[in-house]
Formats: sequence, C-alpha cells, structure tokens
Amino acid sequence: MTLHLSIMLWLPAAFALLGALLPGKLPGRIAILGSLLTLAYAVVYVVDFDTGKDGLQYLTDEAWIEALGINYKLGIDGLNLFLILLTALLWFGATLWANLKEWEHARTFFLWLGIGETAVLGALLAQDLALFVVFFDLMLVPFFFITVGWGGKDRVPAVTKLVIYTLVGSLLMLTAAVATGVLAAEGTGNPVDFDLSVIQASGLSEGSQKWIFLFFAAAFLVKMPAVPLHGWLPDGYSAMPLPALALFSGVLSKVAAYGFLRISLPLFPDAAADFQELMLILALVSILYGSVMAFSQTNARLILGYSSIAQLGFITLGIFAIEGTGAQGAILQSVNHGLVTLPAMFILALLAARAGGSEDIRDMGGIAFKAPVLAVFFVITTFALLAMPGSSNFVGEFLILLGVFKTQMAIAIIASIGVVLASVYALRLFIRAMHNRVGADVDSRDLSLADGVILVPVVLLIIAFGLYPQLALERGEKATAAVVAPARAILGEPTGNYGLAEEEAEAAAEEPAGAAPQIDPTTGQPIDPATGQTADPSAQGAPPAGGELIYVDPTSGQQVAPGTPGAIAIDPATGQPVEDPAAGAVNEVTP
Amino acid sequence: MTTLLAQAKIEGPEIDWAGLSPLIALIGGSVIVLLLGLFRARPVREHLVPFVALAAIGAALGLTIWQWGENVDLIRGAMRLDDLTLALTGLFCAAGIATVLLSWRHIAPRESAHGEFYSLLLASLAGMVVLVGATDLITLFLGLELLSIPLYVLCATEMRREGALESGLKYLIIGSVGSATLLFGTAFIYGAAGSTNFAEIAAAIADEGISDSALLLTGVGLAVIGLAFKASVAPFHQWTPDVYEGAPTPVTAFMAVATKVAAIGITLRLFDVALIGVSDVWQPAIAILAAITIIVGNVGALGQSSLKRMLAYSGVAQAGYLLAGVVVASQAGVEAAVFYLAAYTVMNLAAFAVIVARQAQRPDGDDIGALRGLGTERPLLAWPLTLAMLGLAGFPLTAGFIGKFALIQASVEGDYTWLGVMIVIGSMISLGYYLKVVATMWMTSSPEPGEAKPAGIAPGPPVMAGGSPEADDARAPWEVVLVGGVFGLLILAIGVYPQPLFDLAQDAAASLSGLL
Repeated sequence: MTLHLSIMLWLPAAFALLGALLPGKLPGRIAILGSLLTLAYAVVYVVDFDTGKDGLQYLTDEAWIEALGINYKLGIDGLNLFLILLTALLWFGATLWANLKEWEHARTFFLWLGIGETAVLGALLAQDLALFVVFFDLMLVPFFFITVGWGGKDRVPAVTKLVIYTLVGSLLMLTAAVATGVLAAEGTGNPVDFDLSVIQASGLSEGSQKWIFLFFAAAFLVKMPAVPLHGWLPDGYSAMPLPALALFSGVLSKVAAYGFLRISLPLFPDAAADFQELMLILALVSILYGSVMAFSQTNARLILGYSSIAQLGFITLGIFAIEGTGAQGAILQSVNHGLVTLPAMFILALLAARAGGSEDIRDMGGIAFKAPVLAVFFVITTFALLAMPGSSNFVGEFLILLGVFKTQMAIAIIASIGVVLASVYALRLFIRAMHNRVGADVDSRDLSLADGVILVPVVLLIIAFGLYPQLALERGEKATAAVVAPARAILGEPTGNYGLAEEEAEAAAEEPAGAAPQIDPTTGQPIDPATGQTADPSAQGAPPAGGELIYVDPTSGQQVAPGTPGAIAIDPATGQPVEDPAAGAVNEVTP
Repeated sequence: MTTLLAQAKIEGPEIDWAGLSPLIALIGGSVIVLLLGLFRARPVREHLVPFVALAAIGAALGLTIWQWGENVDLIRGAMRLDDLTLALTGLFCAAGIATVLLSWRHIAPRESAHGEFYSLLLASLAGMVVLVGATDLITLFLGLELLSIPLYVLCATEMRREGALESGLKYLIIGSVGSATLLFGTAFIYGAAGSTNFAEIAAAIADEGISDSALLLTGVGLAVIGLAFKASVAPFHQWTPDVYEGAPTPVTAFMAVATKVAAIGITLRLFDVALIGVSDVWQPAIAILAAITIIVGNVGALGQSSLKRMLAYSGVAQAGYLLAGVVVASQAGVEAAVFYLAAYTVMNLAAFAVIVARQAQRPDGDDIGALRGLGTERPLLAWPLTLAMLGLAGFPLTAGFIGKFALIQASVEGDYTWLGVMIVIGSMISLGYYLKVVATMWMTSSPEPGEAKPAGIAPGPPVMAGGSPEADDARAPWEVVLVGGVFGLLILAIGVYPQPLFDLAQDAAASLSGLL
C-alpha cells in the first residue's frame, strides 16, 4: 500500500485555504473536515506501520533546492509515528473546540490553524536538516497571527516577546544547521547535502559538534520551554487564545523534544555525551522550578504552563539519559502530556465560563457540586497529569526515571521528587477549582453535549492509552535504540545497572529450563538462549500475555512471586519494566 | 595630405549592437519620452508618456532575455555583457516597471513634468546597466554618474514639498562626496596598476607584485568608501533615512531597490574581478563594514515610526547581509548575493507599493499607525506588506529566508562563519521592527479614540456626513495594488520554489572568473 506522506502533510493547509475562500460558518466546518481526514491518515499510518522494519518508512525523497543541497525528504519511523498521531488528534480536537466559539474573521483564524498543522507535521516528518528548520520556524507564524488577532489583553508585547525568544533560538539553529551541512560535506568532498542520513554518515569533528549542539539546544529549549529560557511563558500563555494554547503547549513543545532525538543525539553524539550532565541538570532544574511555580500560581493557565515546564523537564531527562529506556519513556511521555494538555485546557475554558470568566483559581471553587460529570473527567485528567499509577503517564515517567537511574543515579533520585510535586500542584488545581467553598461569581452547570463530544473521547483515549501503552512503546523501540546508540557508544555502558545481572541468574534458576528469558546486563535486552546473542526484541512479535510477566524486587534484583508487594513487572520479551496488570503495586519506585 | 589623413584615421571600436541593445532601448526610450512630454494634450502627457516608458523598459527586459548566455566584451573591453550584467539588468527592469506603475497617478510626475520625470527615470536605469556592466574604471564612473544625477533630480520632483527638496539637495551633496571619493580611489588604482581595465588591473596585481603598494591600497580603500556611500553601508549611510523619507515614495522605492542592486553589482565585479589579487586586504575590511552595517541598520530601524525611514534603515541592514556575499569572493558568494538581490528587490517593491497605496488613501499613510486594522479592512494591501515584512525578517517559505540561507551557507563555506552569525544576530534584532508592522496590521481591535489620528494632520478626503473616515478612504489606484500583489506573490513563489532563480544566479556567478 502506498501512502504518500505529502498528502497528509499538505491536507490541512489545503483545506484551510479552501475554507478561506468560503463564506459564513463554512471555513470552520471545512477545517474540521481537513483535520479529520488528516487524523484518519495518521491512524492508517499507525496501523500500517511495520514494527519489524529498521529505518524510515513511507519515504518521500525529492531534491527541493539543488543549489543549496536541500531535499524534500519525508519519512516515518518509531520516533515520530506517535507524535504525528498526537498532532493530528489534538488538532482535530482543537478545531472542533474552536468551532464551538464565534470568532471574528473566522476565515483567517481557521486558515492559520490549518497552516499550523501542516507546519508541525512538516517538522515531524522532515528527514532533511534544512527542511526541518524551515518547518520548525514556520510553526511559529500561525501562532503569532492567531495571538495577535484573537489573543487576550497585552497580546502584542506578549507575542512579540514569544516570537523574539523562539526565533532567536531558531535563527541560531539556522546557522548551526547550515554549518552542519557545510562542515559535514567538507570532509568528504561531496557537494553540501542536508539529508540527515548523509550528514550522519559523514559526521562532524568534536570541536564543531560542541557549538552546533549548543545552538540547536537553545532553539529546542526555548520552544519547550526549559529553565532558564522560559521567560516568554507567563506572557505568552496568558495572551494566547485557549484552543491555540492547547496546541502550542501540547504539540509544539514536543516537536522541540523530538528535535533532540532526531537531530542532536544522532548527529552530534560527541557533544551530546559531553553535555549530558549539563542537559540533565537543566532538565532537573526545570522539573523542580516548574513544579514549585505551578503550585504557587493562582492563575490556572499559568499552573498548566509551569506544569508543562516540569513535564518537558522529565522528557528532556529521558532523552539525555542517552539510553534506550529513557528515550522510549520520553516519546511516550510526550504523547501522554499532549493527550492531557488538550482536555486540561478545555476544562480550564469550561471552568472559566462557570467562574464569571476568571481563570484565577481563587475565583473558582465548588464547581463540582453542580457538575459531577465534568468533575469526573477533570479528576481523570488530573490523575493522568500527576502520573497516577495506571495511567500511561506513570509508565512514561517510570521509564524515564529508570533510564536515568542506569546512568546518573543521583539525578534520578532528585528528579523523583518532581513526581511528588506534580501531585501537589495537580491536586491543588483540582481541589481549589472543584471543591472548597463555592466562589462568589461561580455559576456552575454540567457539561453540555457539545463540550462532551470533545472532552469524552480524549479522556477515554487517556484511559485506553494507560491500559495499553505498549502500542507506542513497541513501535518506538527500534528507532529510539538507534538514535541513542552513537552517543551511548561514546559514553560507555551505563553504570548503575539496577541489579539486572543477578536478576538474570535468578530468572534462569526459577523458570523452567528453556523457557527462561535471559537479560543482557548491558543493554537490558533479552538474550536468545539458542544463540547467546541479544535478541531483536521486536522480532519476537506480539506483546506478552499478562501471565508471562516476571516480577522482580527492585531493591535486591531478585525475582519474586507474582503479586509480591513492591515488585516490578518485567516483560520478558523486551526486558523492559511494564505496568503490572494484576496489581497496582509498582508505585514503590517513587520515593 | 591624403596619406597623412589616412594614417591619422583612428579605427573606431567594433560595436556589438545586439549586446548593447538593452541599453539602447533605455536611452532611446528616455529621449522619446522626453519629446512626448512636450505635447500639450493631457492624455498624451499623463498616460502615453508613462506607457511609452513602460514599453521601453519592457523592450529592454525582452532584449535582456534574448541576450541571455552571450558572454561578450563590448566596446573594446569597456563593458562586458555577461549573465551577471543581464541578471542585474533584469532586476533594474523589474524595479523600473514597478516604479512607472507606482508613479502613474502619483503627484510627483504631475508637479515636475511627466516627460522629464520618466525620461530621468529611464536615464538612471541606463546608468545602472552601464555601471554593472563596467569592466573599466572610466565606464564605472560614467555609469555611476549617469545613475546618480537623474536620481538627485527625481528626489526633488515633488517641488511644492519642502521635504522633497531637502531630500534632493542632501542626496546631491552626499552623493557627490561619494562619487568624488570613488573617483579619487580609481585614480589611485590606475596609478598603481597602470591601466583602467579590470582584467589588466588584475593581471598587474598578479604579475607585478604591487599587492602591497601603498598607492593601490589607498585606492582600494577610497573605492570601498565611495561604493559604501552609494550602497548606504554604515558608517556612510547617514543620508539614507532622510533622503528616503523626503523623496516621493515611488522614487524612494526605485532608489532603495535599483540603486542598491547597482551598487552591490559593481562591488561584486570590481572586487571579485579587478581587485581579487588583494582580496586578503579588502576581505576583512569589507567584512567588518558588513558587520557594522548589519548592527547599525537594524538597531536604527527599531525606533522608527515612519515606514519609509524604517525601510531605509532596513535597507542599510540588508546591504550588510549582501556584503557577506561579496566578502567571501567565491562562486557561492556571488550566487547568494545575486539571489538575495532578487529577493530584496521583490520584497521591497511589495512593501513600497503598499506604502504608495496607503499614502494615496490618507495623508499620514507613511506612518505605522496608518496600518492599524489594515488586515481586516484591506487584505489586498495587508497581505503583500505582511509577506514583505516576514520575508525581510527571514521567515521560512519566503524569498528572504532562502536568500539568507544561501548567504549564511556561502559565509560558512568561505570561512567567514562569524559573519554568518552576524547575519543571524541582525535578523534577530530586525524582528523587533518587522513584526511590529505585521502586528499593527493584524490586530483586530480598531484604534482607540483619541489616538486615531494624530492632531495637527489635515484630514484626508472630505468626510461625508454619517460616513466613517475608514469607509471614506480614497481608493488606492489599481495599478499600485497590482504591483503590491504581484511582488507579494513572488515573495512566496520564490520562497517555495527557488530553484529557477538559483539557476539564473548560478549562471550569473559563473560569468565572473578567477574567484577564490
């Protein structure tokens, strides 16, 4: 089956342009149709994706600007597959949401919304460094116009600040990208080519890698945002209209995290290894600062804003564990956080509508009494946000922390405080808004049907994804292992090995002979008993049935009986910890 | 006697009429237009004259396309018709056509006289073609003066406005200083190299080892300064904002675009052909000038409320970016510079067209406040200006982004990475003013009462009872809107599909031999 990525890429923009030519309410409806078709396309890709295959799939590769060596090269692999699905899904949700509201000059609004989706998809799909830069910068333009045209008060200074922050990063990235292409070509004598695989093949000297890595990091960290490059966040978040903000916070920030995985780690492995600790510390500071700010704010938008700094901190932490588990966790957590952001922002809009238009949690309170259904959905979203065991966020954070444990144990221990802090700010938001004394201007009512149409499916998706995160993990595994491999090779094998060596012996002793999955202590991958080689996990196919999990005591590394309190379930096929379907006992890991 | 005469007979240079044809079209057009302007009938003066001017420029453009790929010397090596000359001539013609359309119903030709206005415009265009084709110091100076003198007059064509006269006088004085400096410089170069021909100068520098002669280096220094005046490169740019603001807007557009293209064009040829042997002297000097220009231009533009002044400073900054293409003295550098010149032309013409249209609608049309709400009220004007601003700022999918990309790539390849970083830093600063314009246009709220119109400015067209001032705005002439629209679309088109333009730029760069 041939599925042209270009169709999915340009579909939203094409529908938006079509809508811009139509009168009345039609542009909004056309935009819904466009984003729905894109979503359908994305779902087809997820279903059709070949987990067993290495490298890129559905490749499109054309020369775009021959004079500069820029290619129009698109492709999907395990890194971007689920982020594309997330983008399509959130955009569909946000477009529906935007249709509930009357917008002045709706045509232009939906035009920008559609162009935004194309830009984000382009950045995710691009397999050429220059093309990535083009789409990465282009992402900002629609949000600039949406905020300028339809934002809140003080929007022009706020959005100018946002744009200058992000474009300063982006322009540094542009220089770095050009330098990468030129320097990579210099060694080989070939003409300059920005194709990522070409650059990776020719490589850069360690000295050039360092400054180039920092320039890229600046662009990505601003977009996320991470401390100390988050200065635009309070103003930017306050000024942006909510449906756009849900996308900005839910999707665009993930593109930055994705940039680290797609560009920085594989292309600049020496620099990534050198700056690993710096990046981990930045991530750690972001987690702690974001969490602390989130529970000291009263504006609900800013609570969500700072919480996303903390969440993105976790994602960065996972990426710079430079280790397969951590990177997988980072991708999973990117999807999770995106999935939570849309309903959270949507609920925020509903709360503000019930609290006399105020987004301050001091003006809310007691909303749950007359809105039990809303409260239920809110509580699910809150639990997902704070990574309650049973949610996919929990799995994501767990994998991230596990990855960091293997490499930098001290940082992992401090970072786990962030998990606790998350529950503080998430629950505070929920309790202050929904319970407590009824606020003065609060006029509570339950979900309307139209609100439910948007909220219910997304929340159901959060639950579904929590039950079966394996869907994303499986498809991402090969790609994440490949991107961290060069930098990992430079760093050497992870040190804090989490007792997996003993576990291996124990597992061999306890299980009946022949069926015992052995785990390679260095990679965490199972060893094929027949060959003694590390087996290709994805070659083993389907996820295990629930009963085949191994239970390990995290303190001793000994295998224990299923259901033992504090035990961690390990999937023998992948060697990765999974959620225990039988008992929610895995939460022992968080201190 | 007869034998004496026969001996004294000087053989005239062979003239390649086909090669000179674009120039002849322009000069011929200039004469015809001047004569046509003598007719008394108003339709002849007001419509036939600009139409003939348009036809002359169109003919020159057609002949340029016809001559593409002919790389020949003209008039015994005084000029060279190569793809660089032709590519830049194409840009001059585009700027000329746009200027004629912008001036068609503008007040400036009406106040001076239609014949003279368009005749001067065509003469100036001819000067530009001579300048960028010059391969001899004498031709260079002739071209420069033929370019400049008509422009001094054009600046002052709105004769009843003090600003215009001031602008013309300022430009005359500063421009003359620039020309004199350049002339002085060329004299020194001649003194050192013993020839005025570019190829012979290059050969002299290579063979005779005069690359460290004080005479030559003084000449090079003075030539850099003289050309810096013309290209408004800091610190020789101070005249630019005042002259741009005062001159009639179509003339400003012409100056901003065509003069800059001509000045950068001859800089490319002079330094990359004649003076390539002393590149290690002028490369760092021009690189530093470029860096200063980028910073001064961008910082200067930040506080401007007049769009023309802002574009003047932005033009200074853009000249700095363009110099990066000169500095590296490589094929890639020339290619990037030519590409960026084309992008610059397109972006600025779109922007100036909108200002002309806005000035036709309201007297304070040059002020940034006049753009408030333009996005929703007049999208046909707002879009080209938006694209122009985003393009100049270097947003992706615009011509400006690709151009900057090419310039940065050329800088990095030429071991001037720091200059590439300067371009980027300049672009960052530039966001501050370009985005302000865009934000003003697309803010949805209407102007707050009290700040709607600055006091003291005469109201626009008479306001009918019951009508809102917005609704009574005079309509912008359609040809002006057309210019804005066409060039606005081109910004996008070049940004999405730049390869054809790169092919042209590549040909143009290939016509300069002996690059590093």
